[in-house]
Amino acid sequence: MQSNEPVIVVQNLVKKFGNFVANDNLSFEVYPGEVFGFLGANGAGKTTAIRILCGLSRPTSGKVMVGGFDANTESEKIKTNIGYMSQKFSLYDDLTVRENIRFYAGIYHIPYNIIKTRTNDLLQKLGLEHARDKLIHDIPLGWKQKLAFSIAVFHEPSIVFLDEPTGGVDPITRRQFWDMIYEAAHRGITVFVTTHYMDEAEYCNRVSIMVDGKIADLDTPNNLKTKHNAANMDEVFQKLARGRKY
Amino acid sequence: MKLFRGFIIKEFYHILRDKRTLLVLFGMPIIQLLLFGFVITNEIKDIKIAILDNSKDKVTRDISQKILSSGYFKLDSYLTNVNQIEEVFRKGNVKEVVVFETDFAEKMKRQGTAKIQILADASDANTANLIASYTTAIVMDYVNKQNVSATIPLQIVPEVRMMYNEQLKGVYMFVPGIMAMILILISALLTSISIVREKELGTMEVLLVSPLKPIQIIIGKVTPYVLLSFFNAVIIVVLGNLVFGMPVQGSTILLLAECTLFIVLALSLGILISTVTNSQQTAMLISMMVLMLPTILLSGFIFPISNMPWVLQALCQIMPPRWFIVIIKNIMLKGTGLYYIWFETLILIGMTAVFILLSYKKFKIRLG
Repeated sequence: MQSNEPVIVVQNLVKKFGNFVANDNLSFEVYPGEVFGFLGANGAGKTTAIRILCGLSRPTSGKVMVGGFDANTESEKIKTNIGYMSQKFSLYDDLTVRENIRFYAGIYHIPYNIIKTRTNDLLQKLGLEHARDKLIHDIPLGWKQKLAFSIAVFHEPSIVFLDEPTGGVDPITRRQFWDMIYEAAHRGITVFVTTHYMDEAEYCNRVSIMVDGKIADLDTPNNLKTKHNAANMDEVFQKLARGRKY
Repeated sequence: MKLFRGFIIKEFYHILRDKRTLLVLFGMPIIQLLLFGFVITNEIKDIKIAILDNSKDKVTRDISQKILSSGYFKLDSYLTNVNQIEEVFRKGNVKEVVVFETDFAEKMKRQGTAKIQILADASDANTANLIASYTTAIVMDYVNKQNVSATIPLQIVPEVRMMYNEQLKGVYMFVPGIMAMILILISALLTSISIVREKELGTMEVLLVSPLKPIQIIIGKVTPYVLLSFFNAVIIVVLGNLVFGMPVQGSTILLLAECTLFIVLALSLGILISTVTNSQQTAMLISMMVLMLPTILLSGFIFPISNMPWVLQALCQIMPPRWFIVIIKNIMLKGTGLYYIWFETLILIGMTAVFILLSYKKFKIRLG
């Protein structure tokens, strides 16, 4: 799976807000088709890093390449190549399922006839055909989440960023959601996902664990468990986080 | 362009599906126009008065008759003694008492002078002033007519004509003010709320991550409101004309062009408000506080600017509605062209530019 050129290259990334260092010298690489987990407690700097990778925020220093483009100078080019799903799902409550798809697909310049066929395929796959003209407001949270993810990858980006995509969703739906993530990775879409559910970390190909703005460790879940002599990812995280400075 | 259309269609869905927004958008202008038009009025009509006639001769009866037949006043009662005056005022149904002294006609004939006392209920100072001066005017008119036959050599008779509003209709004052208030309130309030709502929902982030440029997002969000506010301006002009007889003496095209300029100004103000707030409530509060009160108090809409202390006068100069109202009054009442209002127009354009520049900078800082 870790083939050829990396799609995300981060070298010595530093982001400061005044005196506060949110990202302290991060360096990592992510490879095509990989499911890359970005773990950390709240406030560890995950969201700051993901915002920089998406071009929403500029690094204070360091080199960030996403999909072959420099985040400092070519963020506009990065934007056409990525998908993004925030923890709030970001769908319009007062638009119907179909109108949401139509709108988001439209801003990625997808031609209308393609939007139409892809929308039908998608609704069929999600089993949402009966709800196509329902307002987002009226559909269950689990469906919203799946729909939000499908919309984030609707334009077939090379990388999709998921910022805590499973917040507030029940375990069964979370499991189904991860099936969708795998499927996307299988299609060759690189998945960059932040989470603070440690059981989800097990589903990732590789995991980086952030503590206080630094990457404390980065490896496959199995290697991390052996290295830190832990039974599961939760223990790995506890051991790494305990060593944090205060 | 196709992208743009999608964005605007989406924005119209938001507006049309939200009953609250619809109500603010179309209910508020009509209700406010009718309310202000009918309720706030400076005109006096059928004011109840009492007359204490201590003379009861031909002259006092003539004057009384003249006052009562003017249409401004209506007789409540004839009083018989001075003590009743206090009483009728206390009861509150009489706003003015006219008192004629004894032997009125006699004194007028012999001494050439007689006294009428006009007592007004000044617990409402403006009305008291107004009715007292109306009464005086009627009495003076009577006196002048009597003098025609007499031989007084020199006499100056001022002939007053109220230009551009012959009947002193209050509506002529209020329609431009209401127009300014509604346009700035609706445009700024609704745009700031609709942009802030996207921030609250988290959809703004997704839009910013997309290939859309920030400027495209903003233009996409405000375009529907430009159209709707323009439609509102037309409603106000038409309604003002049909219901209150408010004329449009000048060029309608110029009037609508100035309205559009003012709408763009209000929208850029709304965008600016949205860049400094993160919740719909705050946006609403700021819009109301910053826009509504100053528009009513500091724009010359109701209270004349020239009578204010200089600090407030200076403050008035930076209120956009203050300039817009001048423009609108000029076009609607005086029928003047751009030649006479280019200065005010320029100020509005300048303000718009400043607001757009400020919000553009704020927006960038937020991204960095």
